[in-house]
Amino acid sequence: MAERTVDARGSFCPGPLMELIANMKSMQVGDTLELLSTDAGSAKDVPEWVHKVGHEMVDTNQDSEGTFHIRVRKAK
Amino acid sequence: MRILVVGGGMGGTIFANHLARRIHHEMKTGKARITMLSASHEHVYQPGWLYVAMGRATPDELVREQQSLLEPGIEFHVDPVEEFHLAHNHVKCKSGKVHEYDLIVISTGSRPMPENIPGLKENSVNCYTAENAVEYYKQLSEFKGGRIVVTVGLPHKCPMIPLEVTFAMYDFIKDRGLLDKTEFYYTYPIGRVHSLENVAKWAAPEFDAKGIKYETLFNMKEVDGKNAKVISEEGSEVAYDLLVAVPPHKGQEVIEKNGLGENGWIPTNRHSLHMEGEHGKNVIVLGDTTNLPISKAGSTAHFEAETAAENVAAVVKMGRPVKSYDGKVFCFIEAGKDRATYAMFNYQNPPQPKAPTGAVHAFKMAYNKLYWATARGLL
Ligand SMILES: Cc1cc2nc3c(=O)[nH]c(=O)nc-3n(C[C@H](O)[C@H](O)[C@H](O)COP(=O)(O)OP(=O)(O)OC[C@H]3O[C@@H](n4cnc5c(N)ncnc54)[C@H](O)[C@@H]3O)c2cc1C
Repeated sequence: MAERTVDARGSFCPGPLMELIANMKSMQVGDTLELLSTDAGSAKDVPEWVHKVGHEMVDTNQDSEGTFHIRVRKAK
Repeated sequence: MRILVVGGGMGGTIFANHLARRIHHEMKTGKARITMLSASHEHVYQPGWLYVAMGRATPDELVREQQSLLEPGIEFHVDPVEEFHLAHNHVKCKSGKVHEYDLIVISTGSRPMPENIPGLKENSVNCYTAENAVEYYKQLSEFKGGRIVVTVGLPHKCPMIPLEVTFAMYDFIKDRGLLDKTEFYYTYPIGRVHSLENVAKWAAPEFDAKGIKYETLFNMKEVDGKNAKVISEEGSEVAYDLLVAVPPHKGQEVIEKNGLGENGWIPTNRHSLHMEGEHGKNVIVLGDTTNLPISKAGSTAHFEAETAAENVAAVVKMGRPVKSYDGKVFCFIEAGKDRATYAMFNYQNPPQPKAPTGAVHAFKMAYNKLYWATARGLL
């Protein structure tokens, strides 16, 4: 199972969620993706999309510099 | 220093011209040389295709001979690169010719891939090539009423196109007296009508005022042409009479084939614009082909190219770069046929778009002509 990191810090357009969606397309089922985001909105809108489509949230943390690390697994 | 520019589009051309002007003395004395390789003898102003689709421009107005845009002294060949040998500082072209370099700049752009969504290519129109824009205009001008659906794939170049085609079609249909027979249905991948929050805050009420319906969190999975409906990954279905697509994009095949980056996007340092990894030290990447999390837009290519040209000139003259790219992007947003606004932002600061005005639209129309001065590195 592969893991990848998508660095979407400082991204307003296309923004972290669009970066995540675009990347998920080229992943295999079971692969995980770690999204780095400086946008607090990502901690809410990523899980919303992930649940709606049926992928899995792995975990979300915020580091000491304020960056969110959001891990998602492709489930379908 | 031998500088090789691969790609004669927005990024490559603006870079080469800016640099040539800065190192014109070094080029004369043979201390520096700029060679450009492109896949075409033409330079196309792609933003013009939006107007072609609306019957407000023709494709030939948007094209210039690439050679005519280049500063004297830049050596130009129409010979697409097929092999990148970054470890050995050379590329091999379609003709078989090998070009060696000390520094390579890659700006090969991106390509629409409607074929990546089942059913999309055969059942939709888009303005992402000259041919498609003409077909779009044909279908739009033959449209007699019904439901127009806008559907958006990821990633795509020009982030404003989803909104721009919607507003432009609204005015087009209104002018033809077909508004009461037409329903507009806009879909968008994330939970608001545009990726830029402040643009979404402005656009959603504009949609409401015009009666344009929208569905967010909608990512195309497939198009069922037989039943004329588009199906989303999120599980909804939308029927259409005319399907307008913003197709998903990839970088060029040659980038993927040479293992420079998945899907043709080259991993790029967000500040230095060098390719990441072992052989990236003398590789600069510009425009759509970077994997940076910023808009794939001409203005991005332009600001990156200016930064890179200043840096390379400084390296030629004093051995060190002088600038860091701050993520600057400036996008006009056409809000119909006679009003526009714009969004300007960088890695640190989100845009604060203002209400659209006729004056900004007039400026965009002027810019469409002035673009050729930008390509020459004058503006
Ligand atoms: C409908 C539409 C509207 C747009 N509107 C706007 C707008 O309003 N504002 C904005 O900022 N941007 C806009 N854009 C986006 C903008 O046109 C692109 O982002 C920009 O052209 C990217 O520049 P680039 O140098 O990366 O690639 P391009 O300009 O696409 O140039 C790529 C170049 O690489 C060459 N090439 C390809 N393969 C090879 C090879 N193997 N070897 C050598 N050369 C090669 C090609 O021939 C071409 O010359 C729009 C685009 C479209 C389609």
